[in-house]
Amino acid sequence: MDSHDRTATTGHAQPDTTDTTLRVNGKPHTLAVDHRRVLLDLLREDLGLTGAKKGCDHGQCGACTVLVDGRRVNSCLLLAVTLDGAEVTTVEGLAGDGEDLHPLQRAFLDRDAFQCGYCTPGQLCSALGVLAEAAAGHPSHVTDPATPSGAPVPLTREEIRERLSGNLCRCGAYPRIADAVEDVM
Amino acid sequence: MKPFAYVRAGSVEEATDAFAARPGARYLGGGTNLVDLMKLGVETPAALIDVTRLPLDGVEELPDGGLRVGATVRNSDLAAHPVVRDRYPALSQALLAGASGQLRNAATTGGNLLQRTRCPYFQDVTKPCNKREPGTGCGALEGVHRDHAVLGHSERCIATHPSDMAVALAALDARVELRGPEGARSVPAADFHRLPGTRPEKDTEIHPGELITSVLLPAATGGLPSRYRKARDRASYAFALASVAAVLHCGNGVVERVGLAFGGLAHRPWRARRAEDALIGAAPTAAAFEHAVDLELAAAEPLRDNAYKVPLARRLALDVLGRLAPAAQL
Repeated sequence: MDSHDRTATTGHAQPDTTDTTLRVNGKPHTLAVDHRRVLLDLLREDLGLTGAKKGCDHGQCGACTVLVDGRRVNSCLLLAVTLDGAEVTTVEGLAGDGEDLHPLQRAFLDRDAFQCGYCTPGQLCSALGVLAEAAAGHPSHVTDPATPSGAPVPLTREEIRERLSGNLCRCGAYPRIADAVEDVM
Repeated sequence: MKPFAYVRAGSVEEATDAFAARPGARYLGGGTNLVDLMKLGVETPAALIDVTRLPLDGVEELPDGGLRVGATVRNSDLAAHPVVRDRYPALSQALLAGASGQLRNAATTGGNLLQRTRCPYFQDVTKPCNKREPGTGCGALEGVHRDHAVLGHSERCIATHPSDMAVALAALDARVELRGPEGARSVPAADFHRLPGTRPEKDTEIHPGELITSVLLPAATGGLPSRYRKARDRASYAFALASVAAVLHCGNGVVERVGLAFGGLAHRPWRARRAEDALIGAAPTAAAFEHAVDLELAAAEPLRDNAYKVPLARRLALDVLGRLAPAAQL
């Protein structure tokens, strides 16, 4: 068992921080993480990466979506201390080497797939997760059950809408968000 | 959120030992419900025992044809598992009908079973709630209860269990496998969750310190036609107003095996034993299904604002059973 009983310097009787190493957008960070710290707050407050947004802070809006070890998750509900050794990708890390923007970011601009933009980083990270999940053959609620297991699932408009349902856009830019995702398939 | 100790367990034994050594501990799975409840002040654990790195992340095909699902298998991976999709389709469909892609990527099999009700009075520490704080009363009884129970509720609690997965497990005769200070045991999934009675603070039959290690899907329901259907307020990403899981096997012109369970209607997945008893040996006709489902739902006691759930659940059940039945007999 890993021991995490090191008492922090705050004088609490209970241990309340644990040294944790995360790779964020390819760069390693080791921090004494307060056990209460969720990944979203660590990114925004400790690392200054304010791309991931705090919308509801309860896993209901998707604005905080990032990729952890390549999978999309709500960073507001993930305790950072649980992620020792994980690879985190935020909207700031989507563009590849030598790119200004990831093709999906370019598609969002081309399609004007937002109004206020607050949900956009979460939509982008979520959509990248969707593309990977569909390519790996993960079904969704609207996938025909007869679709063979493991075969890539074609991302119809209905599939995109269902798979992105965990990302709310209060401006209602959904049609153009779906257009942008279709552009990069 | 109150400060808490954090322990990352490397084995089941380490996890149960760590739990026993720390009063007020909670096991942490994907955290999609527990961390939220900690933010809300509903849960204030002294320690979290992180079980997500235990070697319980596999899905194993058993020699007898059953399937053992490790407690830390993520909901998205379980829904996509080829054997689950092929042999237990109602389970895959139920998982995919729940939450969002992000939440399914984090949520575990064990954690899904142990998630708490989303009753707004339970989640608001300024409101009375017998489940959160026994003896304070039930705010929902005379309050906002459109989403609440119509079957098996009590004066003390009218909450519903929120899981879709658990409804499919109940219909499929799955078992929940547990390990605790007193050793290993297993409980039928349909009996794992409780009715509220006079002790609504107790959601399940789990003993203090016990850890869910796996869920066992039996060979007997593997490969039989099964389905899940859910009604909700929006097309996706919402809890069930009512849902139905069913497995149906017909032979020689009659129903030979049936498992039927409702979600969104009660404090636990509601296994419809009366309806099943009425169907066994009967021809799988629309009239037989109507008779059986009506027998079951005759026990419903709707509240002021949720009587709509009874006809909704009835139609869902008739649709699901009708689709599972051999077409020639309907």
